[in-house]
Amino acid sequence: MLNALLQGILLGGLYALFAMGLAVIYGVMRLVNIAHGDLIVLAAYATLSVAALLHAGPFVAIPIVIAGFAVLGYVMQRGLLNRVLGADVLPPLVVTYGLSLVIQNVLLQAYSADARSLDVGGLATASLHVGGGIALGVMPLLVFGVALAVAAVLEYVFGHTRLGMAFRATADDRATVRLLGLDDGGVYAAAAAISFAVVAIAGLFMGIKTTFTPDLGPNFLLYAFEAVVISGLGSFWGTFVGAILLGVAQSIGFAINPGWGILAGHFVFLAVLLWRPTGLFARSAA
Amino acid sequence: MSAGGLLVAQGICAAYGDVQALFDVDFRIEAGERVAIVGANGAGKSTFLATLTGAVRPTRGSVSLDGAVIDRTDAPQRARMGVALVPEGRRLFPSLSVEENLRMGAFARRAGPWTLASVYELFPVLAQRRALPATKLSGGQQQMVAIGRALMANPRLLLCDELSLGLAPVVIKDVYRALARVCDGGQAIVFVEQDVELARRMSDRTYCFLHGRVALEGASQALAREQISAAYFGV
Repeated sequence: MLNALLQGILLGGLYALFAMGLAVIYGVMRLVNIAHGDLIVLAAYATLSVAALLHAGPFVAIPIVIAGFAVLGYVMQRGLLNRVLGADVLPPLVVTYGLSLVIQNVLLQAYSADARSLDVGGLATASLHVGGGIALGVMPLLVFGVALAVAAVLEYVFGHTRLGMAFRATADDRATVRLLGLDDGGVYAAAAAISFAVVAIAGLFMGIKTTFTPDLGPNFLLYAFEAVVISGLGSFWGTFVGAILLGVAQSIGFAINPGWGILAGHFVFLAVLLWRPTGLFARSAA
Repeated sequence: MSAGGLLVAQGICAAYGDVQALFDVDFRIEAGERVAIVGANGAGKSTFLATLTGAVRPTRGSVSLDGAVIDRTDAPQRARMGVALVPEGRRLFPSLSVEENLRMGAFARRAGPWTLASVYELFPVLAQRRALPATKLSGGQQQMVAIGRALMANPRLLLCDELSLGLAPVVIKDVYRALARVCDGGQAIVFVEQDVELARRMSDRTYCFLHGRVALEGASQALAREQISAAYFGV
């Protein structure tokens, strides 16, 4: 059981990476990006291709993919999503759902339905024995550390920079921000760029941990969404803890019965929704 | 109406959907001038300010700032040109501290006398509470934050919408005393006010709006009380 708990915590690190990109966009513009999971998958394929192009490993390719995704996020927000964001919540949902379908089918065309993976050699299977017969994978530990670092960076940017101040103010009151000389569309685009950069990191580690196919995106969206809802909006540390709760629930459920892992995660999600609809760590009970 | 003046609005019409809110409003303010706009609820005062900030696009008419037509500029551009608004209901950012709310005003990136330090000098109470969430302050202090935020842009023209709304009379006095100090520095200011006496006392000129039209305009001291109340109520 201790083993399941520890593995679950580490799995939560990956889910935290999934969730934080979603939380950035949802937190700033109250938009649930339905294509979020598919973008994670797209990032994994992009890393695969860039690595192949450079004849190098995924870790060499990832800085390029992160930069490319940040630009993609900025352009997509400016050119597409800003046009549909308004009082009505439906248009952006429909547009990002459409994006999700487009990404899945483009990936299917470009890469076929064969399962692929990002190869990091022995690192993928290396593990540390921590006593008590428990072994922790080096890769999951690395993912966990990166997720912690991403949460810390996002906390800093949102809490202590001019840009973060603009993010929070725009989330509060878009019209008033405009009266102060800030272009709300540009603020949104900056948030999307940051979100997509985190998505690229999530795609890298997803692709190292597991084989992937073009149709996996919706699952990742679901895990990311559950983690965000469990934690509630407020802080990225909260999102991190929410993701870990989800990882632990899945891991313990899996230890009890291999068929129950994912289901146990959904139960925790539903229980939190019933008990505290605004999430465990929401800053305000709205 | 001739050209020139800090801000000149000519023949402004505006509508919300099919409902017309403004009809051929002519308005001007000189540099350093204090202009009051009075009128009953629904007279179009706030809508008129919105056509100046660029938040509402007039259906007809033209606005120029320092002689340059600004009809094609949007709200963020006008803010950077030096048109600042203290909005009705204050519209502070609840997620931000007092100091962060003030710093938001500096996004217009205009140089001038107003900095955090000089805003705190004007409103010392805000300096003590700079780290609190803006919504934890009293109504009067929140109004000070809203004024300070607008001043942080070092505006050429400061527009104030219903500063006294919902405030106790003694607090209103404090707010307007601070505003008088701002005016003494040569700040051009337009304020919309329900309290006609207060508006007259504080301003060089007064416009009286009625049903979306300018019903009366003149030097504040020259306007008789009866004249204003006739224009105010349309009797």
